[in-house]
Amino acid sequence: MTSASEPLDPALRVEALASLLIDRGLLDEATIETFVKTYEQSVGPMNGAKVVAKAWTDPQYRARLLADGTAAIGELGFKGPQGEHMVVLEDTPVVHHVVVCTLCSCYPWPVLGLPPSWYKDPAYRARVVREPRQVLREFGLDLDDGVEIRVHDSSSEVRYMVLPERPAGTEHYSEAELAALVTRDAMVGVAKVAAP
Amino acid sequence: MSHPAGSGDHADAAYLLDSAGPAAPPRDNGELVFAAPWESQAFGVALALQDAGRIDWEDFRRSLIREIGDWEAAHPSGEGWNYYECWLRSLERLVSATGLVAAGDLRARRAELAARPDGHDHRHDHEE
Repeated sequence: MTSASEPLDPALRVEALASLLIDRGLLDEATIETFVKTYEQSVGPMNGAKVVAKAWTDPQYRARLLADGTAAIGELGFKGPQGEHMVVLEDTPVVHHVVVCTLCSCYPWPVLGLPPSWYKDPAYRARVVREPRQVLREFGLDLDDGVEIRVHDSSSEVRYMVLPERPAGTEHYSEAELAALVTRDAMVGVAKVAAP
Repeated sequence: MSHPAGSGDHADAAYLLDSAGPAAPPRDNGELVFAAPWESQAFGVALALQDAGRIDWEDFRRSLIREIGDWEAAHPSGEGWNYYECWLRSLERLVSATGLVAAGDLRARRAELAARPDGHDHRHDHEE
């Protein structure tokens, strides 16, 4: 027997919730499945990597991207929930951007997919604001003291994505080759794009 | 900061249904998106409810923020953290607060499912 005070298996709770909503015609199973599959398989950081690679190779696109992230990202077909108000932050040799959502875990789904577990973790959300340099060091990114770190807290209005610096030695790379170098972590700001 | 006008949540969600085609690139350099099937189910239910216009995403987000804040206040060590637990709880609260599913109905359905014979699917930790 399961009493009311016992913690219930979340699998059972979600099954109860979904089955009631489906029985009442408020939802259908296929739509749930479509969303899950979309985010498991189709939407992910490769979208953001394409945006970055295009910005690296096309100065006009880069300018549009920095002026209106949502529109420029939309040009490549990436839009949807959590990507309505995109702001793209450009790293330079002296400014490094890093993104967090301190209150929950807002994240730019259309360009990066769903957030990794560390992004949702209470420790990351609290600490990256207080001691960003140390947190980045723990990610393996040791920035010079002369580099200013700017931490951006996502809000209900804005989703951020970092435009990392293009690594040296990639002058002759094609856009597709460049995109393959760009990692999710670099677009959140906890890593740089490594030279090939 | 100015934002592009328009683009209601509901309209934007529709695009997703078209984006799962064969041209879509595979997910890469990430980890598993969901740690367990129930997590993906909880995610999908929330998205589908929003897509159907049954919940407002900002309401859900507020509910999630509160749930996460409560959890963190109750667990200063951070041990036992599960993001989708908070997600599921805020979803449960929201559907009952908005009257989509009464809390009592939800409890009754859980009890019904929990009472299924063993081997149907769920494990039973507490057998009588």
